[in-house]
Amino acid sequence: MTEKYNMPDERGHFGPYGGIFVAETLIPPIQELNAAYQQYLNDPEFIAELDADLKYYVGRPSPLYHAERWSRELGGAQIYLKREDLNHTGSHKINNTVGQALLAKRMGKTRIIAETGAGQHGVATATVAARLGLECVVYMGAVDVARQSLNVYRMKLLGATVIAVESGSKTLKDALNEALRDWVTNVDNTFYIIGTVAGPHPYPAMVRDFQAIIGREAKEQCLEATGRLPDALVACVGGGSNAIGLFHPFINDASVKMYGVEAAGDGVATGRHSAPLCAGRPGVLHGNRTYLMADDDGEIIETHSISAGLDYPGVGPEHAWLKDTGRATYVNITDTEALEGFYALTHMEGIIPALESSHAMAYTMKLAPTMNKDETIIINLSGRGDKDMQTMAKREGIEL
Amino acid sequence: MSRLAARFEELAKTGRKALIPFITAGDPKPEFTVPMMHAMVEAGVDVIELGVPFSDPMADGPVIQRASERALAHKMSLRRTLEIATEFRKTDQKTPVVLMGYLNPIEAMGYENFANAAQLADIDGVLTVDLPPEEGVECGALLKARGVDPIFLLAPNSTDERVKKMDASGSGYIYYVSLKGVTGAGHLNVADVENKVKQIKANTQLPIAIGFGVKDADTAKTVANIGDGVVIGSALISKIEANLDDPDQAKNEIIELLTSIRHALDN
Repeated sequence: MTEKYNMPDERGHFGPYGGIFVAETLIPPIQELNAAYQQYLNDPEFIAELDADLKYYVGRPSPLYHAERWSRELGGAQIYLKREDLNHTGSHKINNTVGQALLAKRMGKTRIIAETGAGQHGVATATVAARLGLECVVYMGAVDVARQSLNVYRMKLLGATVIAVESGSKTLKDALNEALRDWVTNVDNTFYIIGTVAGPHPYPAMVRDFQAIIGREAKEQCLEATGRLPDALVACVGGGSNAIGLFHPFINDASVKMYGVEAAGDGVATGRHSAPLCAGRPGVLHGNRTYLMADDDGEIIETHSISAGLDYPGVGPEHAWLKDTGRATYVNITDTEALEGFYALTHMEGIIPALESSHAMAYTMKLAPTMNKDETIIINLSGRGDKDMQTMAKREGIEL
Repeated sequence: MSRLAARFEELAKTGRKALIPFITAGDPKPEFTVPMMHAMVEAGVDVIELGVPFSDPMADGPVIQRASERALAHKMSLRRTLEIATEFRKTDQKTPVVLMGYLNPIEAMGYENFANAAQLADIDGVLTVDLPPEEGVECGALLKARGVDPIFLLAPNSTDERVKKMDASGSGYIYYVSLKGVTGAGHLNVADVENKVKQIKANTQLPIAIGFGVKDADTAKTVANIGDGVVIGSALISKIEANLDDPDQAKNEIIELLTSIRHALDN
């Protein structure tokens, strides 16, 4: 890998991936957004305001916690958890929504829209919209509305309008389609806060830059705790925002291995999964070229995962590039394995992870024992499991 | 001269406006489409836009979304849409056919394979909603080399710079999206359309077809007179949707609407 990783290019390309693939009506707002983003990216006043929000509102820096008992139990590498679950609203999603909301304010937009899968991004968006007094509309697949009803209630409580999307597979991809349709209709006053590192340029780069605080902190904290860089990073990948946030500041550190964990659902071999990097093919969806779950005719196929936040047929274009260049390795974890990860962290460390993050836990259970005790793994604990209590209780046959 | 260029030149000579219907290939079932296309030609349409069904039609409103879903339920695809076009062409060598859809089915087929297949099916134009000219250089060149016109969209918020870009990259005609929104949306504002089309015409010689939000003969006439033609899609597909158990009735109602629009445009 090059010493001077400097992706994407000015039109948003990560090698053959990324770019701007949208209907013409969205070109002007995307140009406007890109201009604003480039302007404020290096604006000291903007950065100071963002830093203050991250510190006093989000609660950063999030701790890097040494899971000693779990590490001992697994008998290999020392495991450190980057505690994004401790952020305000319970996941890493707020890092990005705080940043984009500040941009929206500077651009004079009065209305915020978002798509959401598990509801974490929707909650994080509704939260910042409430704080700034902006109108907020969140699109969520009807299937996800049903399985993440706690988060739906939270969004409504925060004053957002939640629209259940009934088209297509009624999950995250359909919520994104519907949000794009809203944006095209209301381009003049509306700012679309995309929650992951997908979408047309500049979203993949912009969301990454807002999430890279995770990796910057983790690097510093790891050096402080262990005196050296970590040997491996592990993060779950749906669209890939928490993973890229952790990975990006380490891309030039060649000794640090990176593992992105996709959702294998019932198993990649069954076809019922959400693992485009492991088992998909390149194509174009939602404004960028990336790996997709699509059939031979290019139609997007339905995905499956126990975790709504990973239930998406695409993935951020930068991950597609990191896969092709071999800089990061992408693996997959089934629903059943993810549940083992969920229970392991809960029982061993007294931390209940989100089902999404549980995929990263489960992969670490395979990886850690293959490594030496003086080696270090950092897992991105991207969110807490509170939102999944109903799903888990239901699986255990308990009525809440 | 391409079939599209010839058609617009002929219309200009006789002072007529182009009537361009949009239907989704294979909606409500595959065998409906070819006879429907021939019937529309008899009703006096000038160009046919044939929608390629896609699982995630991000720029379309609910009516065309559902048309895509119905067609996909019958395993319709880009490949089968090309077969429909081939079938139509066997008995109609005059009417230009434009494929309108999204990029991913073309990516899956491969640009060169697609361009070859489009040429073989005697397709006249390809409008790919989510392929702006910057990303469409390669695909556009392959199509143009085979005599197929790449057609681009312009929107109410498009700048002069964008108009010039479409003028340089596209051929056949420019599809002007009359309102900010999805297909079949609300009401278009005639004065706005008029001003914008004037601005577009100052920067391109290509014919302008105006679509989105055209629901009846009156709007069609008003809009067509601003540009060089009018595209009508959701209003036709609504007829299919209203008569799912009786495709013949759907066909009759579509022809009735197109006939009334043709009459309005010519008088």
